[in-house]
Amino acid sequence: MGKKIIAVVLFVLMPLSSAFAAGTDYHYPLPNPKDIMARPPFPKQDQGLWPCSQCHSAMPVNYKIRKLTEMHQDVVLKHMPGGWCFDCHNPTNRDTLKLITGQTVSFDQSYLVCAQCHGFIFKEWKAGLHGKRIGMWNGKKTYYQCINCHWPHDPKFKSIKPFPAPLKPSEIQYGK
Amino acid sequence: MKKDKIEKRELKINRRTLLKGALAGAATTMLPLDRADASFKGFWESFFQKHFREMTVAEKKQVVERLEREYERKYKKAIKIGIEPAMPGVLFGYGLDVSRCIGCRTCVYACINENNQSRDPQVQWIQVLRFKHKDFLDWNKAEKYYDPKLVPEPGYFYLPVACQQCENPACTRACPTQATWQEPDGIIVVDYNWCIGCRYCMAACPYGARHFNWGEPGLTAADINPNTHYLGNRPRYKGVVEKCTFCIQRSRKGRYTACVEACPVGARKFGNLLDPKSEVRYAMEHKRTFRLKDDLGTHPKFFYFFDFEVGERFSG
Repeated sequence: MGKKIIAVVLFVLMPLSSAFAAGTDYHYPLPNPKDIMARPPFPKQDQGLWPCSQCHSAMPVNYKIRKLTEMHQDVVLKHMPGGWCFDCHNPTNRDTLKLITGQTVSFDQSYLVCAQCHGFIFKEWKAGLHGKRIGMWNGKKTYYQCINCHWPHDPKFKSIKPFPAPLKPSEIQYGK
Repeated sequence: MKKDKIEKRELKINRRTLLKGALAGAATTMLPLDRADASFKGFWESFFQKHFREMTVAEKKQVVERLEREYERKYKKAIKIGIEPAMPGVLFGYGLDVSRCIGCRTCVYACINENNQSRDPQVQWIQVLRFKHKDFLDWNKAEKYYDPKLVPEPGYFYLPVACQQCENPACTRACPTQATWQEPDGIIVVDYNWCIGCRYCMAACPYGARHFNWGEPGLTAADINPNTHYLGNRPRYKGVVEKCTFCIQRSRKGRYTACVEACPVGARKFGNLLDPKSEVRYAMEHKRTFRLKDDLGTHPKFFYFFDFEVGERFSG
């Protein structure tokens, strides 16, 4: 009987001990908005379209999922299949984004929209692991935000041209 | 008979004169004429320069002033040489996310621009190795000269290798003149004015991280980054060994290294290993981390890790 009780107590304590042994998990606060990199400019063909309300305020909101033919044909959603503009864009005020909760978010805080689904990556971004930070390792730094590297409508990182390969030892000239 | 006697007397050099002459001659051949300042004071100072770690701050400043004059004469550009000491309570460490690196070599060229490597003949501190997926870390199958149109290529891994800043370095022990040593913040440095160019350290390093200036470094004034450190990126000489110093001229002022700031995918992480909130510590505590050639007991402070499962990369 006594052995059984000890076994039960140990069994209950086991997950607790592993929680203590797993190391410290700090709370990483959201960076100050001033320390977040400015969002990148719109693609070339979309420049001059900001603010969105200059056209959209006069247009009725069309919630129907359809292929865009008159404008924004370059925006092909390769992100979250089955999604639609108003999953992220705010239908009532086009100069803002919206969360699933209905809360309005400015375009400068678009990372809050990403964080709704990519919570773990968001946590690691705040910790400095995902993404990139420049500046001081022991002080003020600038955080690249999601959209500095990922085009939200097609977020996979695009292939780039590599810098030239190093010279082979046989090709290096030590003339001087 | 008389004539012979006179000639003998004229040729006779006494011991003192001979020794004086020999000593002066030997001293002249040993003077590092190509490195020294034009003045006799410069000659004297460069010849009798102490080991960097034995110098007082005042002596270091004097040496740095002389070197700045030398460089300005040589490159026609004002170069600032810092002597910032290690910060207390700091041990630098590096993290590199192998699952994110795309092998674009942006870091290689950012490093060259920051650290004044010789452009011609070419010296590069970072070597990016490419592995086939199934041959990862098989050194015999590593490819350094890959040159595709676009990176990343499906089915390949990329592994940038520079100095691993070992806690138990083999290179510093091999040096016969103690011209390379470990600083209190963990950075292995080289004193280019103390290095004799024997390349023993290069033979000792298991990572191929040390590079030798076989020729006079090819640097123009436009290439030179004028913000330098004595132990870091000041222009080197022909016949000395050089290596990555975690951008000592930046990191000792609290800045990220040039490669961290250049990486387009944010695969590079830099920070203080003694700070539990640094990103390097986060990687060590939360990711699958490994070090290169761990079995040699060199204890590198350069940690490679995988942020996501390797298969994900190839599924698109």
